[in-house]
Amino acid sequence: MTITVADLFLILPLLLLTCTAVVAMSAISISRNYVATIGIVVAGLLLSAVSAAMLMEEADRQVTPLLVADPYSLFFTIVICLSAAFIAILSYPFLEGLDDDREEYFLLLSVATVGAVVLVSSNHFVSTLLGLETLSMSLYGMVAYTVHSPKSDKYPLEASVKYLVLSAAASGFLLFGMALVYGQTGTLGFVSLIDLPETAMHSLGSGFSTIGLLLITAGLAFKLSLAPFHMWTPDVYEGSPLPATAYLATIGKAAVFVVLLRFMEVTEALSLTGTLTVLSLLAVISILVGNLLALLQQNVKRLLAYSSISHMGYLLIAVVASYHVEGRIGIEAISFYLVAYVIMSLGAFAVTSMVSSSDKEHDTIDDYKGLFWRQPILAAVFTAMMLSLAGIPLTVGFIGKFYLFFAGVEAALWPLLAALIAGSGIGLYYYLRIIYRMIEPAPDKDDTFVGVPLFSGSYGVIICLFLLLLGLGVYPAPIINLIVAISVYV
Amino acid sequence: MILVTLIAVLFIGGLTCWLSERINPDLPRLVALVTVLLDFALMFGLPSADINSPWVAVFEASWIPRFGISVYLAADGLSVLLLMLTAFLGVIAIGAAWDEVKERTGFFYFNLMWTLAGVVGVFTALDLFLFFFFWEVMLIPMYLIIAIWGHENKNYAAMKFFIFTQVTGMMMLVSILILAYFHYLQHGSLSFNYHDLLNVSITGEMGMWVMLGFFVSFSTKLPSMPFHSWLPDAHSQAPTAGSVILAGILLKTGAYGLIRFAVPLFPEASMNFAPIAMTLAAVSILYCAKVAFAQNDIKRLIAYTSVSHMGFVTLGIYAWNEQALQGAVMTMLAHGLSAAALFMLAGGLQHRIHTRNMPDMGGFWPRVPKMTAVAIFFSVAALGMPGLGNFIGEFLALIGAFQANVKMTVVAAFGLILASVYSLWVLQKVFQGEYNNKSFDESHLTDLSRREMVYFSAMMLGLVWMGLYPQTFLSMSEPVLAQLLSDTAQVTLTSLNGEL
Repeated sequence: MTITVADLFLILPLLLLTCTAVVAMSAISISRNYVATIGIVVAGLLLSAVSAAMLMEEADRQVTPLLVADPYSLFFTIVICLSAAFIAILSYPFLEGLDDDREEYFLLLSVATVGAVVLVSSNHFVSTLLGLETLSMSLYGMVAYTVHSPKSDKYPLEASVKYLVLSAAASGFLLFGMALVYGQTGTLGFVSLIDLPETAMHSLGSGFSTIGLLLITAGLAFKLSLAPFHMWTPDVYEGSPLPATAYLATIGKAAVFVVLLRFMEVTEALSLTGTLTVLSLLAVISILVGNLLALLQQNVKRLLAYSSISHMGYLLIAVVASYHVEGRIGIEAISFYLVAYVIMSLGAFAVTSMVSSSDKEHDTIDDYKGLFWRQPILAAVFTAMMLSLAGIPLTVGFIGKFYLFFAGVEAALWPLLAALIAGSGIGLYYYLRIIYRMIEPAPDKDDTFVGVPLFSGSYGVIICLFLLLLGLGVYPAPIINLIVAISVYV
Repeated sequence: MILVTLIAVLFIGGLTCWLSERINPDLPRLVALVTVLLDFALMFGLPSADINSPWVAVFEASWIPRFGISVYLAADGLSVLLLMLTAFLGVIAIGAAWDEVKERTGFFYFNLMWTLAGVVGVFTALDLFLFFFFWEVMLIPMYLIIAIWGHENKNYAAMKFFIFTQVTGMMMLVSILILAYFHYLQHGSLSFNYHDLLNVSITGEMGMWVMLGFFVSFSTKLPSMPFHSWLPDAHSQAPTAGSVILAGILLKTGAYGLIRFAVPLFPEASMNFAPIAMTLAAVSILYCAKVAFAQNDIKRLIAYTSVSHMGFVTLGIYAWNEQALQGAVMTMLAHGLSAAALFMLAGGLQHRIHTRNMPDMGGFWPRVPKMTAVAIFFSVAALGMPGLGNFIGEFLALIGAFQANVKMTVVAAFGLILASVYSLWVLQKVFQGEYNNKSFDESHLTDLSRREMVYFSAMMLGLVWMGLYPQTFLSMSEPVLAQLLSDTAQVTLTSLNGEL
């Protein structure tokens, strides 16, 4: 297979991102300049988002056996690039006071984004693994970035090592699973496991696919921090610098979910015996574990970690539903909810990171006491994000949950819907707890948030996210139309 | 279009309230008052119904075409009555908050306006998705009103209120979705339009479950046994204006939902469920009247009486004949006024003496004669004195219910006796007896101000009007109820024949 210029043109976003990393690296090696590095990275991210948007009309093709350029992958390329740009802007004030070299962080961020974009464009085991490892490797660095700083507030080394070891183990599972599936199908591309071609080695028996599939599911479930593979999540979330947590929680999750979805759809893995049961169990356990443990948290980062576990559980309901329904409603629900999830988690982490810096993170719930009366804009945005995570109308989270409910109803998954209702009910309690803490009167002697520089770029980011949250929550028709159009490509 | 304006005025007014606080902390209440009065005036501009269709002022626009969801607002006589009640009590609530809310006034009136906007939306939405949307929209500002301006145990009360309504709301959402999906299966397209969904038939066990999703949600809001336990907490902790809105309007959204959606959408399941619903209603009436009698906290007492009175509404609705429904609607209106007034009195007392504990009170009559007179009037109204609105409502509800279910009606009628017991008990405890050894600071125990008298007089006038010439109100809701009854008549008949 020869690669033509037209092919390369279709993966322009990816090429631009790679160039960004290279240019940023060269710029750093010539002269260290914090602002210039961020400028290069943000510009590169925005540029590739724009190029992805322009390509969305025409692209629908396999580019090399490894990557696919279709509207679905390009849509999530846009989502990922924009989120990464937002996180880069949020990192600027956060790392500004770091008494260490700061520029390489943005290098890691752009390389991680390359990995995420490869993941969403992948329909081949090799590119899945490449993307996943590129993403994870950069994240280890981002998580541990403040490790040399004596003033560092958290335990970045602990978080990073924990993530590294467990993530490597998960990659091992994933690789072994891929090998087993390869043994069955004879190809590393995603192909149907049900209608195996004559040439495939039937003699191995379908047990191989099933076990391989379970191992792959386990590996991806680790990355998505689905219970019971979630143990690392709260510790890593808490120990990482906030922008890195935000990256991990949003892009890290969304990209892996897209690849999981594509894998399940193309391989028709859901038709294999047991897969649906396993996924349903993972969903229910994640919803219950995530929500119940979140109740006990005093730390906002840990709370959001547990809440993200439950949200991944909600998403799995739609994966299960996509097997039972005729149309693409399951895939639409997942796509919409992923976008919603990225917006609201990013918003929540953005506010947390705005009131924090690398040497002092304000991440206990008590830090937010009276925020509403001290920083009304921040508190209003944070409240909106919490309400959206809880699925209250006027926000994008409600439409997302509506989509999930609809997929569940159409597939008649009553027990899973019951779990969804119960989980959301429990969830209300801890989201409201944060809101209540913010509307309490501010403490008299008030030295929190004094001297925290509030960078206007970060304000821009949270206002953007807030408007998206409300805009898509009140008038979601345009994005729903877009998602309906792209969902046929999965 | 006028319906959109009604809602938009409140939303925008709320934002203006919030912003105007920066100019002057006293400005938000004025802005709020003007906003609600403007809305009230606009409501009088609603065209009256013609013979062809009960629906006036219809507005429809596409919203989320993927799911067949539209912004479909329409009002009929029933909606108009409840809209008027909303605006009227909105004004009263602003009056109740006028002096009481001193902190963060802008945000308070913002929340008040947005709650009202949500309620207006609920009373006019005819797309079930939109209905659910507004149903939830009115929750958050109400939560904030209780959680910020409430009393000693506000966090618990606000949380309980929110979780009860939200979780049962999600059950309703699932029911709505099932209904829409059945429309897709039976008619080939997704739709959340009320008129379309009326044509969907879900029978058997499935129909019962789907109906229960609606019933649980509405009877939590109403509230009815066994979903009532959030109400006493919410009421006792809410600021007075919050209680007024909660008791006067928010509870009525539950009853409205039962009349408009739960029964007409599932006539068969509702008919089968009616005996249970009426039993629950009768139990609510008696049990909550009994519990009310045992309260020391005056606001909790009134809250329990609310549950008791709303039992007559459930009873009337599930009797599902014209008199019973008329009775339910009249009870909703009259109870809206009388409960709001009683909560204002209790709130006024708390504002003056900083306690809601009745054993600490007593012998207030000579100190506050005007307040006593007002209290007697509304207590007597609440216990169902002929000549006042509550009597008409409860009497009609009982007459209607008697035709449907004799046993439960007989049991429920005892509620009227209990109502007199607890109403007079309150009067005796608070206003009569000896005035001595007070443990509170009595220096602020002053009689009703002129402004307060204006509000109470307006509410008295309303109750007397309803009591002496109920036809004004009955004739507005009559065509609507007749239409609902004739729509469901076929099913009622078949199910009756089946039983015979």
